Amino acid sequence: MQDRSAARELAARKAGTAVCLAGRVVARTEGGFTLQDDTGCAQCRSNTEVSVGAFVCVRGSWDGSQLSAASVEQVSAGSDRFMRGDSDFSQLMGKRLSNLRARHTVLQTARAFFDEQGLLEVDTPAIVPCPGLDVHLDAIEVLGMGAPRWLHTSPEYQMKRLLCTGLPGVYQLGKAFRRGERGKLHEPEFTMLEWYRSFAGATEVMRDTEALVARVGKQLTGGSALPGMQQPVDVAAPWERISVADAFTRYAGVTLESVVHDDDKFYRVLVEKVEPELGRGRATFLTHYPARMASLARLSPGDANSAERFEAYLDGVELCNGFSELTDAGEQRRRLQADQALRGKLGRSVYPIDERFMSALDDGIPPSGGNALGIDRLLMVALGAKQIDEVVAFTCARV
Amino acid sequence: MYDFSQIKKNLKVKLDGVPFNVVDFQFVKPGKGNAFTRTKLRNMLTGAVIERTFKQHEKLEPADMDDRQMQFLYKEGDSYVFMDTSSYDQLHLSAEQLGENTGYLIDNTNVDVLFFNGQPIGVTPPTFVLMKVIRTEPGFKGDTSGGAMKPATMETGLAVNVPLFINEGETLKIDTRTGEYAERVNIKK
Repeated sequence: MQDRSAARELAARKAGTAVCLAGRVVARTEGGFTLQDDTGCAQCRSNTEVSVGAFVCVRGSWDGSQLSAASVEQVSAGSDRFMRGDSDFSQLMGKRLSNLRARHTVLQTARAFFDEQGLLEVDTPAIVPCPGLDVHLDAIEVLGMGAPRWLHTSPEYQMKRLLCTGLPGVYQLGKAFRRGERGKLHEPEFTMLEWYRSFAGATEVMRDTEALVARVGKQLTGGSALPGMQQPVDVAAPWERISVADAFTRYAGVTLESVVHDDDKFYRVLVEKVEPELGRGRATFLTHYPARMASLARLSPGDANSAERFEAYLDGVELCNGFSELTDAGEQRRRLQADQALRGKLGRSVYPIDERFMSALDDGIPPSGGNALGIDRLLMVALGAKQIDEVVAFTCARV
Repeated sequence: MYDFSQIKKNLKVKLDGVPFNVVDFQFVKPGKGNAFTRTKLRNMLTGAVIERTFKQHEKLEPADMDDRQMQFLYKEGDSYVFMDTSSYDQLHLSAEQLGENTGYLIDNTNVDVLFFNGQPIGVTPPTFVLMKVIRTEPGFKGDTSGGAMKPATMETGLAVNVPLFINEGETLKIDTRTGEYAERVNIKK
């Protein structure tokens, strides 16, 4: 049916217009039935017998309040099972479907944003020999490749290797995979926007983040206030910037010095006291991470105790993690070896060091800034969703 | 002992000798940091709700509850009368003690009554209960934005949103975990 109309738009049509609709019969009524398509419901007057739950194509004339059907073709079998509480139809129709449309808008906006900036969209492999050595991340193992392989926890190594070409920058929209992460803000498979800019650092990618999120906000809400998970958050640039040390003093009343040497203590204070206060009302960058949490960020040139690493928070939700990238191969190897040792001590899988990535650093890449941003979380905050389930097509539990 | 990954809604745990019910839990994990579970726990004796954060390797002590299967017999004034299906002992519980579960109590439904130190402290209805629709608009007057639904009142007084094709007098399966419509049931006559 090339000429089908949307049920929701019928109300605006003049009486007497010829229209055709395609959708599902959701109820039989006196003298006809109610049809629902992806946009809404319409009442059809017809003598043709149709089954509840069946898909039908209807041609007829719009009389201003209902469609007088001239022909009704039932194109699938009917059953009222389509409305059972856990059916795809019940789960997807309405809010979820409009959220999927918003997801499409966000993906398009991100692509347009980075294309305008001259970054190259890339699509690196998901199956990798070295999935990253972050101490608190576990990778999902992939069998059948003839060698130990995992799904990446972030496409970081491969994207940075591309910078050896001198490209101004690269971006990637794709899935990242983390074993055992499932909650209101977590899915083991989630959508990540990751980008790297050459001849730049954290300052430039923080500006990208502000501009991109503000543009997404404009596209989805028409303004700069996103609904947030609990309260609205303004994402107009410039965002608030607060160092980790200042945030710990201000929101937890403890010095960074008193907790920084113990991961358990540090992260407990972060999740219980600090994170819930970040990005309240206004988007916030948390900056100047302690050197021992530098990850793949370079240390601040003037301060060996802090790293050029940042995260952004919107209404208490961690949105992204970015760095001025560490490009010193020697320092990088020391950190990865320390991570391997710590993982071993904690009883976690010890993944190999990515020697191709190490070679790329040895051979040289330009100074760069990079950021990895969770698209699902951006959607949650932009749509006021309470959990990630509301913004994905299917969670890992429903695929 | 329960470990971190077993925390889920309705899990009954004991903290300092007091039984708590997990009413909400959230996996929390900074991207590059330790994993925690932030819980909301209801004190099963007082009803008070507290928050507690557990880290990945913490263990939780199960609250030993005596779970007895009883049948809901009938409502008598403000009290709901249950019978132990093995000993035939009867038990009266108030609407207050039952909370939102009163909406799921159809005569002769089997429920689990929870006892802590010999005292009944609540009931768990079956996951699904069957009940009749006593009031709903015929036809097309529902919310048409989603899976089109309309309001209905069930025989226990419970308010549920149901599909447009549902009529008064029909029997529906209701999910007691969510209070939502699960499906229509054709009762063979």
